[in-house]
Amino acid sequence: MQKHLDNKIEAVILAEDVEGGYGANTVWKDANFSIGQGEFVAVLGPNGAGKTTLFRMLLGLTQPLSGTLTIFGKAPRRGNPRIGYVPQRHPIDEETGVEALELVRLGLTGNHWGTGSVNQGIKEALAVLRTVGAEELAHRELGALSGGELQRIFLAEALIGKPDLLLLDEPLANLDMRRESNFVQLINDVVRSRGVTVLLIAHNINPLLPVLDRVIYVANGRVTNGKPSEVLTSKSLTDLYGIPIEVVKDSHGRIAIIGMDETPEHEHHIHDQGNVHTHE
Amino acid sequence: MWQYDFMRHAFEAGTIVAIIAGIIGYFIVLRRSSFAAHALSHIGFAGAAGAVLLGVNPIIGLLVFTSGGGFAIAMLGRKAASRDVQIGTVLAFMLGLGVLFISLYSGYATEAYSLLFGEILGISSGDVLVTLIAALVLLVTVAILYRPLLFTSLDEDVAEAKGVSIFWIGVAFMLLIAVTTSIAVQVVGVLLIFALMVTPAAVAQRTTKRPARGILVSVLIALLATWLGLFISFYVPYPVSFFITTATFAVYLAVRSWQALRARQ
Repeated sequence: MQKHLDNKIEAVILAEDVEGGYGANTVWKDANFSIGQGEFVAVLGPNGAGKTTLFRMLLGLTQPLSGTLTIFGKAPRRGNPRIGYVPQRHPIDEETGVEALELVRLGLTGNHWGTGSVNQGIKEALAVLRTVGAEELAHRELGALSGGELQRIFLAEALIGKPDLLLLDEPLANLDMRRESNFVQLINDVVRSRGVTVLLIAHNINPLLPVLDRVIYVANGRVTNGKPSEVLTSKSLTDLYGIPIEVVKDSHGRIAIIGMDETPEHEHHIHDQGNVHTHE
Repeated sequence: MWQYDFMRHAFEAGTIVAIIAGIIGYFIVLRRSSFAAHALSHIGFAGAAGAVLLGVNPIIGLLVFTSGGGFAIAMLGRKAASRDVQIGTVLAFMLGLGVLFISLYSGYATEAYSLLFGEILGISSGDVLVTLIAALVLLVTVAILYRPLLFTSLDEDVAEAKGVSIFWIGVAFMLLIAVTTSIAVQVVGVLLIFALMVTPAAVAQRTTKRPARGILVSVLIALLATWLGLFISFYVPYPVSFFITTATFAVYLAVRSWQALRARQ
């Protein structure tokens, strides 16, 4: 993995002086980073700091306000089949009676016109559901699935097109602690073992620590990146936010970030990230 | 029964409308757009009443107003279906406008009555032809849009990232509802349109897991209710709309009760 880190030729994502935002509103600027093939990257930062903006830019849904951003050496474009995406928002609720298999196969066929044949994509959908360990959920109604089960379905939907880059927006948000680490393991096992690059937006870094190569920290109008051990230190976060912040480790190596409460606009952040997980 | 032209026309138009309403209804329920559909039928009422006032075929007024309304709702943006306050405000105004047009017409109160509650027994062969053409256009459009429409209904953000235009699919879908509403008004009227466009589809969503089957079930329920309503009304002197709405409601009630019972066991 290490050999990829500084190898810009093989970079899956390359950002040079990128400025992110919408219209006249800059959310962050001066983003410079390169992500190598097969890296597992956590994207951290307070709510509203622009993490999803970064994803939308990579998906070609928003253009950089300035700077150069490339994916696989080309400018981002909508509908890039090399990217798999799991958004944070899904219109599925308990009334959704459609089965999981149908959603997964739409990941392959949904952007084509016409009705397609009745069994188109079924074989591929079943195969990818097996890969994520959710074969038995294939014919269950989406509305009847738990948060953890749904995340597996969404992962399958993103993987069915065999992407080289996977963008996951807060996939751990509704999972309890055990399911969090199971899901991270699953991503690590099935996705990363195939050389797929993963960017994952998260609020809590702890379940990710065992598998993480790199952290992108979006905060205070800036985008910082580096190895977890470099970025998640009292000094680097204090510099990043411009206020005193302390990173505390417990005996298991888990991390708590303390001190965000001095800026009212980061309220959510204290809540989500200052929370020390105390049980296994 | 078949010796009467009005009965044959009623069955022809009823069959066409039931098939289309069953199909479009499935997507309306899946996308949670039933309020938008409801609003479009009321906007259509103003259009139809205006057409009557001007001496034009009401279906022209219906098509113009529902299409305009549908486009406007789609322009409200991605969350259009849940903008019930804005939509409701326009809906009430349109209904008021319709009342004004009807009173200005000062002709027959039956005209208003048939717009509000349907007058399938008064359908002419010309109406059947217009209905058939509209239905064919709708069928072809749904067939073309089928997968992107399903995709945006179930996973909007992924569909967008995959290159599907959420906006244009939304506009197209609102126009589909607009045209469906316009032809369905003849059968069940503005106020009872839910009976054909939402109730059968709601039952289908509860009883099927695959969209293709769901659409089939939705169409079958709408068809059976329409046929049953027409058949009974030939022998019993009460409005067809009453029998159609009662039939779909009975199916809905039966399915929900059965599912509630099964869940308890």
